[in-house]
Amino acid sequence: MSQIRTGLTAAQKWVDARFPFTSQWKAHLSEYYAPKNFNFWYFFGGLLLLVLVNQIVTGIFLTMHYKPDATLAFASVEYIMRDVPFGWLIRYMHSTGASLFFVCIYLHMFRGLLYGSYRKPRELIWIFGMLIFLSLMGEAFFGYLLPWGQMSYWGAQVIINLFNALPIIGPDLSTWIRGDFVVSDATLNRFFAFHVIAIPLALLGLVAAHILALHEVGSSNPDGIEIKAHKDPVTHIPLDGIPFHPYYTVKDSFGAAVFLLVFAVIVFYGPEMGGYFLEANNFIPADSLKTPPEIAPVWYFTPYYSILRSVTSNFMWIIRLGVLLLAGLTFLSVRITWVRLGVIAVAAVLLILSWALDPKVWGVGMMGMSTMIFFLMPWLDQSPVKSIRYKGPLFKTALTVWVIAFLVLGYLGTKGVSDVRTLVAQVFTMLYFAFFLFMPWYTKMDKTKPVPERTT
Amino acid sequence: MKNDTFIRRFLPELLPKLLPALMPVLLVAATFSPVPALAEDEIVLDKAPARTDPAELQAGARTFVNYCLTCHGASAMRYNRLHDIGLTDAQIKDNLMFPTEKVGDTMKVALSSADGKKFFGTAPPDLSVIARSRGPDWLYTYLRSFYRDPARPTGWNNTVFPNVGMPHVLYEFQGERVVKPAAPAAAGGEAKEGEHAGEHESEAPKMQFEIAKPGKLSTVDYDIMVADLVGYLVYMGEPAAEQRKHLGYFVLFALFLLIALTYALKSEFWKDVH
Amino acid sequence: MSDEKKMKPGRRNLIVLTAAAGGAAGVVTALPFAASMLPSERAKAAGAPVEADISKLQPGEKMTVEWRGQPVWIVRRTPEMLAELPKLDDQLADPKSLRNQDTLTPPFARNEDRSIKPEYLVVVGICTHLGCSPSDKFVAEPEPFDPNWQGGFYCPCHGSLFDLAGRVFKNKPAPDNLRVPPYTFLSDTRILIGADKAEA
Repeated sequence: MSQIRTGLTAAQKWVDARFPFTSQWKAHLSEYYAPKNFNFWYFFGGLLLLVLVNQIVTGIFLTMHYKPDATLAFASVEYIMRDVPFGWLIRYMHSTGASLFFVCIYLHMFRGLLYGSYRKPRELIWIFGMLIFLSLMGEAFFGYLLPWGQMSYWGAQVIINLFNALPIIGPDLSTWIRGDFVVSDATLNRFFAFHVIAIPLALLGLVAAHILALHEVGSSNPDGIEIKAHKDPVTHIPLDGIPFHPYYTVKDSFGAAVFLLVFAVIVFYGPEMGGYFLEANNFIPADSLKTPPEIAPVWYFTPYYSILRSVTSNFMWIIRLGVLLLAGLTFLSVRITWVRLGVIAVAAVLLILSWALDPKVWGVGMMGMSTMIFFLMPWLDQSPVKSIRYKGPLFKTALTVWVIAFLVLGYLGTKGVSDVRTLVAQVFTMLYFAFFLFMPWYTKMDKTKPVPERTT
Repeated sequence: MKNDTFIRRFLPELLPKLLPALMPVLLVAATFSPVPALAEDEIVLDKAPARTDPAELQAGARTFVNYCLTCHGASAMRYNRLHDIGLTDAQIKDNLMFPTEKVGDTMKVALSSADGKKFFGTAPPDLSVIARSRGPDWLYTYLRSFYRDPARPTGWNNTVFPNVGMPHVLYEFQGERVVKPAAPAAAGGEAKEGEHAGEHESEAPKMQFEIAKPGKLSTVDYDIMVADLVGYLVYMGEPAAEQRKHLGYFVLFALFLLIALTYALKSEFWKDVH
Repeated sequence: MSDEKKMKPGRRNLIVLTAAAGGAAGVVTALPFAASMLPSERAKAAGAPVEADISKLQPGEKMTVEWRGQPVWIVRRTPEMLAELPKLDDQLADPKSLRNQDTLTPPFARNEDRSIKPEYLVVVGICTHLGCSPSDKFVAEPEPFDPNWQGGFYCPCHGSLFDLAGRVFKNKPAPDNLRVPPYTFLSDTRILIGADKAEA
C-alpha cells in the first residue's frame, strides 16, 4: 500500500516538474476558496458543465450515424432510433439535454439577477456568460435544422428570412447564410458544420474564459458581500470561505445526482415532454412546398418570439414614447454637456428610424435587444447593494414583474396570433424592457437595507 | 407601505423560492398532458383505446401489411423488428411478406412516389412515424370518419381530414357511411350531394351519418380493428418504447441509490462547516 | 495530494462507497454507447445470406457472388480436377486444413475436397496474405510460376498459389488456405451463402 503511495508521489513529482498539475489543482480546486453560503441557485453552473459534457458525448455518438444530407437526414435519425443498438437512448439524451441546457442556463442567469453576480468586479464573467448564452442559442438553432423535419425546415426558413428585413444588405445576407435561395441541402450541411464543431469549440473556449475570470475574482454569494474582505490574519484564507474541493465537489455531486434523476425521468418516461421537447410536427419530413399551420419556435425561444410578434405599427408609438421618456430621464440625470448632446442625437436618430424602418425591422431589432440587453446589467444596476436580500421594494417588484413577463411572453409564444394575445404580449413586452431600461433610476432611489459584514 | 406588505415584501421574496418548486410541477404537468399534434379547428377526436397486448398488435400488423402497404411505405420499419410483438421469423415471412423479400428488409411501398402522386394528387406519406406526428387519437378518429362523397375523385371524403386524397381502404369492414339527409328530408335515403362535404360553417348543423351499406364487421368490431391498427402504428412509431420504459426502472433505482449516497457524503463533509 | 491528517474511518468509507457507486454507474452508462458502435440492424441485414443460382454453371466454370462485400467463388469441379487434389498434398502448407479451422474451414468442409458436395467448391475469393483477389488458372498446363501446374488460383500481388480446393501452396507469402464461408444447398440448383442452415 505504501509502495503504491510512494510510486504515486514520484509520478506526481515527475508530472509537476513538467506540467502545472498540482499548482492548478490547488489554485482551482483544493485551495480555491468559495463562500460557504451557496444555496440552491448555485448548483446550476456545475450542472451546465455536466449538460455540456452530455451534449458533446451524445453528439459524437450521434454523428457516427447521422447523415447531413437533405435526402438522407430524416431517415438517418429514424435509423438511429431503431437500427443502432441503444441509438434511441443516445438520441433522447441529446434532445432532453438540449432543453435542460436552457432550463439550467435560465436559472443560472436568474441567480445572477437575484444576487448581483454581474456587479463589479465580475462584469467580465457576466460578459463571457452572455457570450456563452448567445452561442448556445446559435448552437440550438443550427442543431434544430439537422433532423430535417417540418419544424426544422420552416423554423430555419422563418428565422433566416428575418435577416431579409435588414435594410439594403438583408436579402443578400440571407442568401449567403443559406448558401441557396431557400433553405436546402447546402444550408443543412453548413449548419451541421457549425453545430458539430464550430460553435462547440467556441463554447469550450468561452466556458474556460468564464471560469478563469470567476476564479480570478472569486465567487460572489447570496449576501453579495466580498468574502475576501475578511481574511484570517495568519493563513490569509477568507473567513467565510471554504475550499471548493472537497466541499463543493461533494455538494455538486449530490446536485448532479438529483439532476440526473430529473433527466432520467424525462428520457425514459417522457422524452417528448408533451410535444415541447420533441415537437410532433418534426416527425413529418421537411416539405418545402407545404408550411405547417402553426410554426412556433422551440419552447426556449418563445419569449423572444413573442416580443418579435408584438412589434406592430401601433406598437411603434410605444417605442417612440419610450425613447422620449428615456432620453428625457437620461438628459436630466447626466451633467456633462457633450453626453447630453449625444443623448439628444441618439434619441433623434431612433425617432427618425422609427418612421424610416418598417415595424418588421424594429421587431427583429427588439427581439435581438431582448437577449442582448442582459449585457448591460453591470451598468444598469446602480444600487449600492448587490443582493436582492438587501435591495428595496422597487427592485423586488420590478424583478417579480419581469419574471412574470418572461413566463407570459414564453407562453404566448407557443400560441397562435389573436388580437387579445397581441395586446397582452405588447403590455408584457413593455414591462420586460422596462425592467432593464428604467433600472438605473429605480435602483438608485430604492430603499436598501444594511449589508452585513459576514455571510449569513 | 404598511398595508401592502404582501406585495412589497412577501411576494417578491416568496417568488424566487416558489419558482424552483414550480419547475418540477410544470415539467410533470407538461409530460403527462400531450399537446395535440396538429391543431385542426375544433374537430373533436375520440380517444384511441390503449393497445399493449401482443395479440392485438399482431392483428394490427396484419391489417397494416394487407391494407396500408400497397400505397404507403414504412421505410424505417424492418420486418424482423416484429419480434418485439411476439412474432417469429417464420410467422413474419409466412403471413406478412412476399416470398422474394428477406425478413431483414424494411417495409418498402409497392407504389412508386411518382405513381402515387399521379393517382392520388400527392404521394401517400410514409407511415413509419405517423403516430408521433398525428397522434393515436387523430388516427383512430380519422380511420372511422370516412363517408361517401360522389364529388371527390375517389368517391370518399373524411370529416377529420376534409378532401383527403385517400380512399376508404377499409370500407368492406366498416360499411359505407353516407351523410344523412337534413331535416326537411328528400324522399329516400339518398346520399347528399357533395356541396356540403368538407365545409365547416360555424353555425351550420353538424353532418349526421348513417351506414347505407353494412360492412363485414359491426361498429364495435370495426372500432376494435381500427384500435388494433392504431395500436400497431403507435408501436411502429417507436419500437423501442417498451425497452425504454423497462430500462428506466433500473436507471431510476440506481439514481435513487446515488442520491442517497451523495447526500450522506455531502452531509458528512459539511459537518465541518459553520 | 492529501496531507497526513487523520480522516475518520466513517468518512473514508463513505467516500470509497460513493466513488465506487459513481464509478460503477459511469461504467454501466458507457456500455450502451459502446454497444451503439456494434453492427446496426441495417448492417446485419445487408450482411444477410445471399442466394446463388448454380443451374447454369458448367463443369470447369466459376461464378462469383457478393456476400458481406466480399467475392465468393463457386467452382464446378470436373472429376479430373477432383482426382488431382490428393496428389498435391506434399506441395501444400496445410493439406488437411487444420490451421485456424474455426475461421477458415467449417465442419462440413473438413474433408479432402473442402466442400459439402465435391462437385462444387465454395470459397471466399480473397488471398489470405494481404487481401488481393487471386486470378483463375484452372487449366493444367506449365506456368511460369510452376512447370507442373495442375490447376488452381494464382494471386498476382505477391505470387501465392492455391489449388482447386483453395489450399495454399508451401513457401508462398499466404499463410492459410482460402476461407470456406458458411453455406448450404437449398436445392440442387440453389446455394445459400452466409448461413449453414436454411431458415424456412
